[in-house]
Amino acid sequence: MLRRLALPFVLFAFLNAFTKPADATNVREFVLDNGLKILLLEDHKSPAVTFQVWYRVGARNERDGKSGLAHFLEHMMFKGTPTTKPEEYSRIIAKNGGRSNAFTSSDVTVYFATMSRDKIGVEIELEADRMANALLGDTYFEAEKKVIQEERRLRTDDNPASALSEVAGAVAYTVHPYRRPVIGWMDDIQNQTRQDLADFYKLYYAPNNAYIVVTGDFSTDEILAKIKAAFEKIPRGAEPPKVRAEEPPQRGERRVILKKEAELPFILMYYHAPNLKSPDSYALELLSVVLAGGRSSRLYHELVYQKRIARSIDADYSGVSIDPTGFSVTGQLMPGKEPAEVEREIDGLLEKIKLELISERELQKAKNQIESSFIFAQDSIFGQAMKIGYYEAAAGWRMMDAYLDGIKRVTREDIRRVAKQYLDRDRRTVGVLIPTKETSQ
Amino acid sequence: MEKIVRALAGLCLTITLAAPLQAGVIPKRSVLSNGMVLLTSEQRSLPMVSIELLIDAGSRYDAAGQEGLANLTARLLTYGTKRRSALQISETLDFIGASLSAGCGEDTASVSMTMLKKDLATGLGLLAEVLTSSTLPQEEIDRQKQAVIAAIKARDEQPGDIAERRFAAALYPGSPYGRPVEGTEASVRGLQQKSLREFFERTYRPNRAILSVVGDISHEEITLALNQSFRSWQKGEPSGGPLIPSTYGPAQVIRVNKDLTQANIILGHQGVGREHPDYYAVQVMNYILGGGGFSSRAIDSIRNEKGLAYSVYSHFSAERKRGEFQFVMQTRNETAQEAIQIAKEEIRRIREAPVSEQELSEAKDFLTGSFPLRLDTNRKVASFWAQVEYFQLGLEYPDRYPDLIRRITRDDVARVARQYLQPEKLITVIVGNLKKIGEK
Repeated sequence: MLRRLALPFVLFAFLNAFTKPADATNVREFVLDNGLKILLLEDHKSPAVTFQVWYRVGARNERDGKSGLAHFLEHMMFKGTPTTKPEEYSRIIAKNGGRSNAFTSSDVTVYFATMSRDKIGVEIELEADRMANALLGDTYFEAEKKVIQEERRLRTDDNPASALSEVAGAVAYTVHPYRRPVIGWMDDIQNQTRQDLADFYKLYYAPNNAYIVVTGDFSTDEILAKIKAAFEKIPRGAEPPKVRAEEPPQRGERRVILKKEAELPFILMYYHAPNLKSPDSYALELLSVVLAGGRSSRLYHELVYQKRIARSIDADYSGVSIDPTGFSVTGQLMPGKEPAEVEREIDGLLEKIKLELISERELQKAKNQIESSFIFAQDSIFGQAMKIGYYEAAAGWRMMDAYLDGIKRVTREDIRRVAKQYLDRDRRTVGVLIPTKETSQ
Repeated sequence: MEKIVRALAGLCLTITLAAPLQAGVIPKRSVLSNGMVLLTSEQRSLPMVSIELLIDAGSRYDAAGQEGLANLTARLLTYGTKRRSALQISETLDFIGASLSAGCGEDTASVSMTMLKKDLATGLGLLAEVLTSSTLPQEEIDRQKQAVIAAIKARDEQPGDIAERRFAAALYPGSPYGRPVEGTEASVRGLQQKSLREFFERTYRPNRAILSVVGDISHEEITLALNQSFRSWQKGEPSGGPLIPSTYGPAQVIRVNKDLTQANIILGHQGVGREHPDYYAVQVMNYILGGGGFSSRAIDSIRNEKGLAYSVYSHFSAERKRGEFQFVMQTRNETAQEAIQIAKEEIRRIREAPVSEQELSEAKDFLTGSFPLRLDTNRKVASFWAQVEYFQLGLEYPDRYPDLIRRITRDDVARVARQYLQPEKLITVIVGNLKKIGEK
């Protein structure tokens, strides 16, 4: 039941950065007169089409006190138009054999359906309709607010790792909106009004602030004609305001402790790092694989396999984002182990990689892993559309083309250099979850 | 992402196949000389190969006191063979960027592998090695025991998971199906290398296995390669076939107190097995009740109208000979009782009044029309055909499926609703802050 999924926090918002992008060279770009960009990638391996509308708006565009507004609006986009009843959208897609959903991240809000080629026109018309005519559900407003609060309870409040990630994000950033959870703080959700939604919709939901990504089994000419027929008549909107917040450099480590009902401690380290617009992003991506890609990776082998102090360990570099982002290391502890010990071990391994070059074989292994996942990722048309969409939001889809070459060019020296430069303790936030066992009698 | 998968699981179960398939998807089937069933589907568009192996080595074989044996065996497969240590295995896999993982369920264990075509020889060699010559070394047993015990603890942090386990224990009292696949901390600690090896020798046999291969390879090529790499794999004891639970637990209310903001609720009871002829009518009925994603009665009344839950759905999940019905939701503690009342009311309503023509046709249109979406990646196709073989549905199943669904009438829906939804047998599990829920 994942509809209207709010990715809990920017730390997790780009998990799929690990799977690699589609082959950009085959993407075709068109732009309508009203500014709507259309990105098409034909792929005829399975008889389905994924159609996605991406709005260039997310939690990043919200103001303090109004967190969660982008996500709230996403929910309300299912409450009908003058020609479609509340919740009828999902029903129409389903009875045409399609699956549909939507999600919000810090950077974007996305609506999508996957259907057979002969039915995809239904989705195209419904998306065009709600881009221009959404009613944002008068009578359903209060009920949907409760649904979103339940979503927050499910995803964050009763989920220890998510809750830790949320509070760590709020500490890692002081100025930049990435400090706010995508789903919004509970009180902010409570205080949203219908007017807030209407204003936000008017400001950001316009063809010139959106783009369409279509992948799968279609013919470009045919689908382009359908998209034009449905979207061309929607007038261009005013230019939405730009987000100009810049996070000041961090000077000194920040720490945050969360005490909460849980079974095992959890540790999170979040280092500020550049996004894909920096040439260092390729080395950072490889660094994350060297550290935690597979059982033979450095952190996994030492902490999970040899020392058995962590149950799981991950290193994630989320470079596909509009603004500078982070490199994170996260791990759940084995029972009876102390967070301080795990932290010390992680630090030891990170220090080592800053001092000593990794072996040629280790570098090659990481490159091979990235190359395989690049190909495996093309197994899914939905995955390919997601990749194109995220790249377009962050830096333009053509950046995908540079990806594999960028990875190939990385040297062992690059790995050591970026480790030294970005895995800097003075520029990190460490979060620790301490399980408590309150009985609530 | 994990959560999404979990949330979707309920939905996916209801959506089996339909609609015509493109020719290339229909696999070739053969039985190798050692008894292994091989299914292959050629997909040449990407230079990759995906493999799914199902084997009759599930936790239902775990004797009392030995719970967790089958699961630990499956976990240990990639931790040491006659030729390679655990580290050599992971180094080999990581260097070719392949994935190889083993898992264990109640009825079957499974092994999944995805690799680039160019690495096929290495990959198949390794797969054959772990299936035929795993040594289950003592040192690795100790490691994996610790890992399983930690996993058991970690699951206690997931309220939905707690509810799930309590439900299974109540539905299948005294049966292996009622016990967690992982076992308990105490049972896992007690497992001996000798019994793990015996279990491996007895159950990991080709005549108990289904191997499904999808990707850049022909049936002939893969048969040749398998005959090479699996030459030494000898037939063993035949499959025992799945058990049918002898009894089902009675209606009861199970309460678990946890300091949570939401009550995690499961209402449910026995369902129908995959081989039962009413399976399809039950799936159509359940789509209308709560299986239909964002278009179901449960979503309308509990989520859309009242705003009581973000996630609410029902499913009839099915193994070959047994099945379960569950109505699953989370709502804040204070509204738990109200949500349970509405859920029960929906169950009553679909039993007592006929569904509308529109509801019926929408359910059928979705189930038949969305079928191709279930096969939109090679990995999904590999796992799909392994299931089709396991459930003995036949390779023509995708062609038959639309008719199996289309012929369901409103009377069928009414009949199966009355027959397979049994309010008097509902087991209710509530995990949450019991005081706020009003259960204390």
